[in-house]
Amino acid sequence: MNSSRPAVPLLAWRPLAGILFRQIVLYRRSVPRWMEIFYWPLLDLLVWGFLTLYLKKIPSFMPSAVTSLLGALLLWDLLYRAQQGISVMFLEEIWSKNLIHLLIAPITPFHVVGGAVLSSIVKVLLSSSVAAFLAYFLFSFKIFSLGLHLFFFILALLMMGWALGILTTAVILRFGQEAEVLAWGVIFLFQPFSAVFNPVSVLPQVAADISRAVPASYVFEGMRSVLVQGRLPIGDLFMAFSLDFLYVGVALFVYSRVIARARQKGFHLKLGS
Amino acid sequence: MALGETPEVLVAQEVRKRYTKDGPWAVDGISLVLRRGEVVSIVGPNGAGKSTLIQMMLGLLVPDSGSIRIFGTEMATGRRKVAHRINYASTDLSLPYSLTVRENLTAYALIYNMSNIRERIERVLVALNLEPFRDVRVGRLSTGQVARMGIAKALINDPELLFLDEPTATLDPEVSAQLRATLQGMVRDRNMTLLYTSHNMREVERFSDRLYLMNRGRLVAEGTVPALMTRFDTEDLEALFLQMVQRERESDE
Repeated sequence: MNSSRPAVPLLAWRPLAGILFRQIVLYRRSVPRWMEIFYWPLLDLLVWGFLTLYLKKIPSFMPSAVTSLLGALLLWDLLYRAQQGISVMFLEEIWSKNLIHLLIAPITPFHVVGGAVLSSIVKVLLSSSVAAFLAYFLFSFKIFSLGLHLFFFILALLMMGWALGILTTAVILRFGQEAEVLAWGVIFLFQPFSAVFNPVSVLPQVAADISRAVPASYVFEGMRSVLVQGRLPIGDLFMAFSLDFLYVGVALFVYSRVIARARQKGFHLKLGS
Repeated sequence: MALGETPEVLVAQEVRKRYTKDGPWAVDGISLVLRRGEVVSIVGPNGAGKSTLIQMMLGLLVPDSGSIRIFGTEMATGRRKVAHRINYASTDLSLPYSLTVRENLTAYALIYNMSNIRERIERVLVALNLEPFRDVRVGRLSTGQVARMGIAKALINDPELLFLDEPTATLDPEVSAQLRATLQGMVRDRNMTLLYTSHNMREVERFSDRLYLMNRGRLVAEGTVPALMTRFDTEDLEALFLQMVQRERESDE
């Protein structure tokens, strides 16, 4: 049977723009949302910045190792925001009883994720830019001293954040709003194994083994290598991206399975009610 | 109607659904047809299976067995091929309160891949008497205005098949009458098909070309309102509804 109006192409830009538009307008008007983007990064920056000022005065500390703490903080916050950007956007759709409108629209559940990824990029850029400016202004730390490597570090961390965000979304979809605490907490499960502020070499063996399966650990090791030794182990970046692709693939697979299961069991229809 | 399309907009055949393996059937062997340009109501007591049936029609749920085809497309597998031609409004759903009416409609016009977005929004606002509220946040609208806003969202893509789940439940009689008149005009002018659920039997009487009466997941009667009232010898639809539910209860006992 012919259809009188052609279906929305899978790669049409407007549906993604629609999802992004809603997020941007939401943030444009909401002071609490702006605080969420800037408040915590600013506080973290001040706490860790003051610590680095103190550590720099201790003669036995290497200045480059101390300043790498601020680099680690900025990059960690970026990972956290990327994960939250996906999970919290999904939660906002549930809270505003809007999710069903999206699920009946001529888009796939992957468009919803795509829109969330775009909006998380906008939020991360805003948050990180302000944090990077303040780090320079208050503590003379230049994140751009990481050079071109910075772009790859950021991309690798964003991918890990998105994967965890999609996975968290799938869990919330499956188990309901009882699981929404994961949107804020899941990333901290990975923090001890991400070698954010310390090298993997200081971890106990078991923790070190786990950290080898965490993409962020390679990024933070790479960052320290650039800041302290002035060179980037390419192998670290390769491992980070390889694991990232695995994480994203697994997250998308789980998300698609949960959506398919939801259409069988209807648990998505009770969300937000 | 495009070349090759039949007047049947929706065809459901022997649709069954239950939520747990050994649980009761929420929808139990329902077959029905919606044709172009008609207003059809589904009525039934709470728990009759109306919502489950509509959710399957929208592709939100997959039937355990049977088939639902909209514009010839199987909804369980091909929902996205026809989703741009249908839409849905329900009092159970909402739209982000911190966005204005216009912003919400803009977002959905984009999500439905519509062009000429400004004209489209103005047309819908005029049709639903929402022009004075175009720049008001949804959170500041009255309950009735929010209900009309939901219907405005459901009309943004000029749907050929519109599902409305108790759209007038929160509206006063005057606004309900205005909304019915607006929807009847759209059905007439655009040859749109409307599937409607309501607990307001007088509204269903006035509004529907045909109705399906559901109870415990099954269809227990179908036809035009006058034909059903003649067949069951009742004076109004409410009496018919109560009679049918009572009869079903007795037969179960």
